[in-house]
Amino acid sequence: MSEENHQEAADSNESERIPFMQQLLDNPFLLLFLGVTIPTIFYIIWGVMEIVTIPIAK
Amino acid sequence: MLEQYRICQTTGLRVFQSTENLIKANAVVAVIFLAIGGLFGLSIALTRWKAVHLLPADWFYLALTAHGLDVLVVWIVFFEIAVLYFASSVILGCRIATPRWAWAAFALMLIGALVTNVAVLMGNSSVMFTSYVPLKADPSFYVGIILFAVGTLIACFVFFGTLVIAKQEKTYEGSVPLVTFGATVAAIIAVFTLASGAIILIPTLLWSMGYISHIDTLMYRTVWWGFGHSSQQINVAAHISIWYLISAVVLGAKPLSEKVSRFAFLLYVLFLQLASAHHLLVDPGISSTWKVFNTSYAIYLAVLGSMIHGLTVPGQIEAAQRKKGYNNGMFEWLRKAPWGNPAFSGMFISLILFGFLGGISGVVMGVEQINLIIHNTIYVPGHFHATVVAGTTLAFMAVTYLLVPLIFRRALILPGWAKAQPYLFGLGVAGISVFMMGAGTLGVPRRHWDISQADAILPYDFPGAANLMMGLNGMSAILAALGGFMFIVVVVGSILFGKKIDASTEVPIAPPEDARVVGEYGNEDHPAIPGTIALVGVFFVSFILYYFVNWKYLAEVWPLR
Repeated sequence: MSEENHQEAADSNESERIPFMQQLLDNPFLLLFLGVTIPTIFYIIWGVMEIVTIPIAK
Repeated sequence: MLEQYRICQTTGLRVFQSTENLIKANAVVAVIFLAIGGLFGLSIALTRWKAVHLLPADWFYLALTAHGLDVLVVWIVFFEIAVLYFASSVILGCRIATPRWAWAAFALMLIGALVTNVAVLMGNSSVMFTSYVPLKADPSFYVGIILFAVGTLIACFVFFGTLVIAKQEKTYEGSVPLVTFGATVAAIIAVFTLASGAIILIPTLLWSMGYISHIDTLMYRTVWWGFGHSSQQINVAAHISIWYLISAVVLGAKPLSEKVSRFAFLLYVLFLQLASAHHLLVDPGISSTWKVFNTSYAIYLAVLGSMIHGLTVPGQIEAAQRKKGYNNGMFEWLRKAPWGNPAFSGMFISLILFGFLGGISGVVMGVEQINLIIHNTIYVPGHFHATVVAGTTLAFMAVTYLLVPLIFRRALILPGWAKAQPYLFGLGVAGISVFMMGAGTLGVPRRHWDISQADAILPYDFPGAANLMMGLNGMSAILAALGGFMFIVVVVGSILFGKKIDASTEVPIAPPEDARVVGEYGNEDHPAIPGTIALVGVFFVSFILYYFVNWKYLAEVWPLR
C-alpha cells in the first residue's frame, strides 16, 4: 500500500473518531450510572452519614 | 411474527400497535386522576379562602393528602410513562420492548394508585403527600405507593429496553433525536427517585405494621425527599422534552444546537436531583456544608441547564418562524406564532410561567439564608404550583392536543374550548402561584386549616393583605379548575365522540407542516434570534431584581444593629 493510501486510511479513521462527549451522551446506561451514583453519594450517603454521626444525648 | 405498525400521516413516524395501546391506556388513566386530584385541589383552595372555608378540618387534611398524591404523582407519572413510550418506540420507529412487562407495569401502577386512594378516602391515612413520620398511615397507604413505584420502575426499564432494540435494529443512525434524549434523562432521574422511595417507604411500611419500633424523623425526611423532590425533577426533564417536541411538531423547529441542548440535559443528570436538599434547609442536625453544596453550588449547575433550555426552546421557535419569513422587527415571529393552536399556546405559556414564576422563585428559595423567610409558608406551594402545574401540567395538556389526533386518531371536539383552555388554565395557575407566594411572604403557613386560629388560646391576626391574597388564590383556583374542566371535556369527549381521522379527514386544529424533524438529529442552519435574546434579557433583569429584593427583605426581618 502506498504512503498516500496510508494517509487516506488515517484520515478516514480520524473522521470516524467519535468525540468523548458524544460517546457519553449516546450511552444511556453510562448516563444512568452517573445519574444514580452522583445524587446517591452527594445527597443520600453524605446526608445519612451526617445524621448518624450526630452525638446521642445523654 | 412481526408486529403491525402504521405510518403516521402527519409526522411520518412508525406507530406500533402495542405502543399505541400502551400510550392510550397510560394517558387515559393519567387524565382521570388529573380530574380527581384537581377537584380535591379546588376544595383545598376554597377551604383556605377565609370567606368560604369549605371543608371541615378532617376532610381538609384528607383532601390535601389525596390532592398531592393524585396530581403530583399519579397524573404526572402515568402521563410521563406515556411520554417515555412515545419518545422511544414512536420517535425511534421501533417495537416496544417486552410489551407484557409494560402492561404489568401499568397494572401495578393502577392497582397501587387505587389502593393508596382508598386508604386515604377511608380517613385513616391523612398524612399528606409527605407522610412524615411519626404521622402513621394505614399500611395499605404505603403498599399502594410501593406498588406504584415498582410499576413505574418496570416501565422505565421497558423504555431503556426499547432504546436498546432501536439501536440493535438500527432504526436510527447516529445519536437519538433530542426529544428521546430528554426523555432518557427523565427516566434516569426516575430510577434514582424510585430507589430513594423504596429505601425509605419499605421500612416505613414495616413500622406502620408494627414490625419496626422507630423510624428516625430526620433520616426519613432526608431519604424521602430524594423521592419526593426528585419525582418533580422527572417532570422538569419530561416537560422540557415536550417543549422541544411541540415546537418541532407544530412549527418544524430544529434545535439551535444539539450539543448545547444535550449538554443542558446532561447537567440535569449530574446535578438536578441534589435540589432535594431545599426541603431540609432549616432542619437541625445536617451541616450547612451539605445544605449549601446541594442547594447552591451543585444546583446552580442544573439551573444553568434550565436557563439554557429557556434560551434554546424559544430560540428554535424564533429561528423556525424567521425561516418562514416572519422577519419584521424583533417580535413578528412571536406575534405571528400559532396562538390559536392549544398545543403551541399551552407550551409557550408553560415555558413563560415555569421560567419566570417557578424558576426564579425556586432558585431564590434555595438560598439557605433567604429560605428562612418563607420556609414552610404557603410560598412553597406557590412555587411548586408554578413549576408542576403551570410548567409540567400545562405542557402535558398541550401535548395531549397533539396526541388526540396523532395517537387516538380522533379530531378534537369543541375547538373553541380547546383554543381558550390553555389561556384560562394558565391565568388561573399563574394567579394561584403569585397569590400563594405573596401570602407566604407575609407569613401565612402552608397546610393550615384555619389561619384565623379561631380556637387558639393565643390568637394571631395576619395582615389584611394576606387574607386578600388567600381569597384571590381561591378565585384563581376556580379559574384553573374551569380550565381543567374544559381540558377534560375536550379530551375525553374527543376520544369518545370525536370524528375518526383517516387520510381524507381535515383536522380542525391541525398539527403541522414540517413535523418530521421531531424524529431527526440536526441543528438549525443559520439561527438569528434577536427577539429571544431580548426576552432572555428581561428574564435576567427580573431574576436579579427579585433575588436582591429578597436579600433586602431578609435584612429587614433581622436587622443588623
